[in-house]
Amino acid sequence: MNDTTLQNFQTADETSSTSPDAGRESQSDAPTPDKGQPVTHNENIEENLSVRVRDLSLWYGNHQALSDINIDIFANTVTALIGPSGCGKSTFLRCLNRMNDLINTVSIKGLVEMDGHDVNARGMDEVALRRRVGMVFQKPNPFPKSIYENVAYAPRMHDMVSRKADQDELVERALRDAGLWNEVKDKLHEPGTSLSGGQQQRLCIARAIAVQPDVILMDEPTSALDPISTATIEDLMDKLKQDFTIVTVTHNMQQAARVADYTAFFHLGEMIEYNATKQMFSNPHTKKAEDYITGRYG
Amino acid sequence: MSTNIVFLLFCAVLVGLGGVAFVLSRAKASRVRASGTLMHAQPDQYGWFAVLTTAGPALLVSALGAFALLLLGAEIPVLYLLAAGLIIAALGLVLGLKQVRPDFHARRAIESVIRKLLAAAATISILTTLGILISIVGEAISFFQLHSFWDFVTGTTWNPGASFLSAAGRGDEGGSAAQFGSVPLFAGTFMITLIAMLVAIPFGLGAAIYMVEFAPLTVRKAAKPVLEVLAGIPTVVYGVFAALTVAPLVVDIAGLFGLDASYSNALAPGLVMGIMIIPFISSLSDDVINSVPSSLREGALALGITKGEMVRNVVVPAAAPGIISASLLAVSRALGETMIVVMAAGMRPNLTANPLEDMTTVTVSIVAALTGDQEFGSAQTLSAFALGLVLFIVTLTLNIVSVIMIRRFREKYRVNNL
Amino acid sequence: MSQSFEEISAQLKKRHRRSARMKWLTMGALILSAAFLVVFISDMVVRGWPAFQQAQIQVDVTYNEQSKEIPLAAVSEEFRPLVSRGFFRILPLRMEDNPALMGTTKTQWVIADSPVDQYLKGNKNELSSSQRNVVDKLVKQGRAELKFNTTFFTTGDSKMPELAGIAAAAIGTMMTMLVTMAVCFPIGVMTAVYLEEFAPDNKLTQIIEININNLAAVPSILFGLLGLAIYISFFGVPRSSPLVGGLTLALMTLPVIIISTRAALRSVPDSIRHAAFGVGCSRWQVVRDHVLPVSLPGILTGSIIGLAQAMGETAPLIIVGMVAFIPEASMTLTDASTVMPAQIFTWASQPEAAFAEKTAGGILVLLAVLIFLNALAVWLRNKFERRW
Repeated sequence: MNDTTLQNFQTADETSSTSPDAGRESQSDAPTPDKGQPVTHNENIEENLSVRVRDLSLWYGNHQALSDINIDIFANTVTALIGPSGCGKSTFLRCLNRMNDLINTVSIKGLVEMDGHDVNARGMDEVALRRRVGMVFQKPNPFPKSIYENVAYAPRMHDMVSRKADQDELVERALRDAGLWNEVKDKLHEPGTSLSGGQQQRLCIARAIAVQPDVILMDEPTSALDPISTATIEDLMDKLKQDFTIVTVTHNMQQAARVADYTAFFHLGEMIEYNATKQMFSNPHTKKAEDYITGRYG
Repeated sequence: MSTNIVFLLFCAVLVGLGGVAFVLSRAKASRVRASGTLMHAQPDQYGWFAVLTTAGPALLVSALGAFALLLLGAEIPVLYLLAAGLIIAALGLVLGLKQVRPDFHARRAIESVIRKLLAAAATISILTTLGILISIVGEAISFFQLHSFWDFVTGTTWNPGASFLSAAGRGDEGGSAAQFGSVPLFAGTFMITLIAMLVAIPFGLGAAIYMVEFAPLTVRKAAKPVLEVLAGIPTVVYGVFAALTVAPLVVDIAGLFGLDASYSNALAPGLVMGIMIIPFISSLSDDVINSVPSSLREGALALGITKGEMVRNVVVPAAAPGIISASLLAVSRALGETMIVVMAAGMRPNLTANPLEDMTTVTVSIVAALTGDQEFGSAQTLSAFALGLVLFIVTLTLNIVSVIMIRRFREKYRVNNL
Repeated sequence: MSQSFEEISAQLKKRHRRSARMKWLTMGALILSAAFLVVFISDMVVRGWPAFQQAQIQVDVTYNEQSKEIPLAAVSEEFRPLVSRGFFRILPLRMEDNPALMGTTKTQWVIADSPVDQYLKGNKNELSSSQRNVVDKLVKQGRAELKFNTTFFTTGDSKMPELAGIAAAAIGTMMTMLVTMAVCFPIGVMTAVYLEEFAPDNKLTQIIEININNLAAVPSILFGLLGLAIYISFFGVPRSSPLVGGLTLALMTLPVIIISTRAALRSVPDSIRHAAFGVGCSRWQVVRDHVLPVSLPGILTGSIIGLAQAMGETAPLIIVGMVAFIPEASMTLTDASTVMPAQIFTWASQPEAAFAEKTAGGILVLLAVLIFLNALAVWLRNKFERRW
């Protein structure tokens, strides 16, 4: 399945060309390549499309933080969002599971589509959305509960497990998937906060995958961690994309180059370029992206 | 001459001397400086230093003298004392003037005096605590010399009135001797505190949760001052409310259910005390809930948890040490609350579990013991101090436990935030 | 692999309902708490409003030698029981002060006896039916009516409800607060300055800090015990005087002022201190010229709130005897005196209905003063508050 994606992507990539005014197009289901749509969605890969974003704009009060973002996020890939700080990449990430709802002054226009539903539609239950779009945060934020409870809490609330044995099994699987099981299996009932920073972050990842979402959003998941923990988590992302779609924000361009299949470059609230990572880092289409990647600013 | 005029005269002379000291020293310092010598301080500072040397020792001596005169009963004529004070002031003036030398650090000298003054002020709070302890413990010990400590702690009859008769040498005529068994008082206090907490904790905590987690900003802004007003109402006013409005209401309502309630039932003061404590709990819990890191809330919401579940399972448990700490402080307030119970609760020590009956509390008994026409040394007045001692120890313990809990809460989240 | 939005939403229905229920419950808690305040204030207004009105009747007063000897004779027998006995008591004095009155008869408004007052206000009263008829007749003639009660604001306590007023207690409160603030404001601010700006971080400082926090939570009645044992029995300060009351309340208010002053000092950013040190100020100069001026509004706000708290305090004052019966205000610090909350307490324990009305009236006056003080504090805070 991964191969198909990549293959299809190559085609997509060939037809696409990006330009600074990318994404200024009004929403259309079949964007035309010559008008500079970043990554065209292809009829052949429809089933692999996870999230489709069209003309997404966002305002904090009167300040526009995102303008006309268009992006297709493919299933079972890692997509990295890069750009200088304040460019809107985290804001964009939080649009995907409507975490921006928590801020009163935010207003949003445009389409974020998942599984045929407009995420921002009136009838969409944001809790149901977040159930399918999990999130890992910049700083590890385990609940003040035991390691076991941290993982088991949400699945239990979602009625995903009924028997104690099922619950134990689910916790073990999530912790194994997050690569934490061997380190914590003997102290499952110690508080989650007693772990080291890197372990806490993996606990948060285990907590997120325990509810079996489709998409996992990661907001600079390694920025508060040491290099060894960072490497562990990068490996983990690579493994997890077999089961989940991962969208990650990162400050660190090497990280994007290492883990991401696709990379989107944000600048001042606009998405300048969206491309296959290899393409982005070897031969970016836009001057701004090139300047950023080569370290002229940011 | 009356003492008042002598005193005023003394003050006037002292102020005058101070003024002279300031002017002379400053003039001298200015002269020295004008002559081209570098000095360690400004002329004004030399002036102020001279004022300090003039007035400081003189005031100290007069204060000590007055203390000896009033308290130790020393026979020092007031005039001599004041004269001595003025002589010392004059000597101080001379000394201050002498110190106007280029190599003298007048500023440093002033600042060290100021620093000492500030430190002295800070010790007053310690003296206050010591004062409370000494006054209460001292009288309580005298009480326990008259009556057994064991009877005080375990006795179930509180009947101090009879001590009045025995003090008058008619102890036998009163029938029974005075009894100081404090159990019914503490039972009454406990009952009223319990009722108050049953009102205050759910309402206070609920209001705090709503304000932090659910309320729109406008509601929050409007509700805070309302709760502040509720917190600023004097307790005597709550007492009137309890006695005149709530107590009859409780009797009427109990009557509807065929129950017989006393007009000084424990329910009315308990309920009103609960209302009084609502803003106390809500404002403390509000602070605590607000300081639960928002990353925990986001972490829960991102898992597809509803807001209510997040509050109940994540926010409240995280804030629990702080909430418990607030509740302990509230209990301590309820235990020590006086006016509401004095006005609305009964005077009769009554060991019962029925909140519709009248019962009395520790604070009521303290007030009752100290407002009668009793001699200060009588067993009844001393019993007030024994009760006060217990109250002090209990509230102090509650406060200390609550401080420890809140400190743990703070440390936990400082660490957790990495 | 995962469920569709429709399936999840269907499962969520019950959980959303539970979440909403929590929201409504907590909102109910807040609304009820606010409702208590409304019920409470309206109860006091309804009870206390009549205290600001007073029945007066218009009668012929005869000033002559006989009425100087027997004041009751000054008013005709029919109206005699309706006139406040307080009026008859001052009649001879008035005639001495103003000899021109002698030998005249004047038709004048006089304060009515309390039962008349209660009758006109529609309350239960001890008037006989014939007396009621007389009052009814007077009302018809426009010779008996409820007027604004100036007596309440100008006199002290009295055994006669129609003559009882809050003024003596208000003056007592003023004197007491004068002592309280004169003692605890300087000491409180000095302590706070010492702890925030000067104190080394050692054991003693920590003990002082813990001690202040504990002191703030000591039940107020224990301060009364301290006042009784130390000020009155040991130092011999006169009982019931504003001096002993003020000193007792000062110790109680001290932690409030220290804590709020420390908060105000702490809110001054260190950059200001560093800047002042940078231009060569000594520590005291930094505090005096830079930190204190900036934090003054905060200190004043805290002090006003502390003052309001002390003003409403009753329990320790009862212990030091400030619940005296004070008909005449005294402006000294050492004479027996009472304060407003203590006056309310005294009235509340009187059985007559007329005093219940005075109680609530006194409460309204006290609340008005306290709300004014708190509003002043809030205004100060908002006007001078700086965000750094």
